[in-house]
Amino acid sequence: MTDTSINTQAHSHDTEAQFSDYFALLKPRVMTLVVFTAFVGLLAAPTPVHPFIGFCAILFIAIGGGASGALNMWWDADIDAVMKRTQRRPIPAGKVTGDEAFAIGIALSAFSVVFLGLASNWVAAGLLAFTIFFYVVIYTMWLKRWTPQNIVIGGAAGAFPPMIGWAVATGGISVESVLMFCLTFMWTPPHFWALALFMRKDYDNADVPMLTVTHGRRSTRIHILVYTVLLAVLAIGAGFTSIGGPIYLTVAVVLNVLFLRGAVQIWKRDEDMSEEDNFLVERKFFKLSLLYLFAHFGAILVEAGFDKFGVWA
Amino acid sequence: MSLSKQHELHTRRYSRNVGVGLVLVGVIAIVFGLTVVKVTRGDYEPASTQTVTQ
Repeated sequence: MTDTSINTQAHSHDTEAQFSDYFALLKPRVMTLVVFTAFVGLLAAPTPVHPFIGFCAILFIAIGGGASGALNMWWDADIDAVMKRTQRRPIPAGKVTGDEAFAIGIALSAFSVVFLGLASNWVAAGLLAFTIFFYVVIYTMWLKRWTPQNIVIGGAAGAFPPMIGWAVATGGISVESVLMFCLTFMWTPPHFWALALFMRKDYDNADVPMLTVTHGRRSTRIHILVYTVLLAVLAIGAGFTSIGGPIYLTVAVVLNVLFLRGAVQIWKRDEDMSEEDNFLVERKFFKLSLLYLFAHFGAILVEAGFDKFGVWA
Repeated sequence: MSLSKQHELHTRRYSRNVGVGLVLVGVIAIVFGLTVVKVTRGDYEPASTQTVTQ
């Protein structure tokens, strides 16, 4: 082998992609949410699943979610380069080309859907395919740059995994799986709007029509409060259905009181107050929102476990 | 010129190649595992056989 066989033209030493750069295309942090909620959906279902098939199904759902993340990065490379939060993603950082991200996204999408269908059933695979389509085409390509409701409608894409997990076990859709979908769906807007409040310059610079840009920051604060109230009603109400129980209800009441308190504080504040403490309340609300979702799904998981072992019987 | 010393580019690409290799091994393990589970559960038996065994 000679020196001439080393391609030093395409990439400089610093921008040569590592395996981790390709992995970063799959948005691993978002993947943890997908894996966890799909896992809860799978275990909360009344039908048992073979452990290895369950493991593979969760893996394929995660790969499908990751593939849609890669396609999102391919399409949004121009705005990712402008926003501080996303500037270090593999494409704007020059480590991976847009074409590579597109190829990886398409290949992994097809792989995950086909393998999920073969491993479990085609209802689950169909839901996964629809989720990828919804996130990439409906949210990324259409809504994101067109309407301030982008987060509200686009949030559906992130809400599908528990439904897919449930479908893996049962082969269908039911009230319980729709409730789990609604929980994530209603949680997404206040979560992202809080982020938009303290990452304010990012969305302005990228010309993404976030609510903060189109309707103003006062309106965003009101929207956060309204959606948090609706979310609290839904989350506590779900405690009285078959996915709920005493543990879920306790978690839901405590967290929704805290979440509502945060939303009221955000609503009461103006920009001067927020600037003064560098958006401390908004940042805390955002962090709490992460705990909020994990704790709710964790409680559903515990309830499902107790049900299966007959603790409440 | 032959490369007697490992070039830094080779070291960088080695990690990528190992990653791809592990992914391929993982895919093989998953396909094999799924096949074993499905075959032992009788998923691929003809419908008539399944009725008899049930």
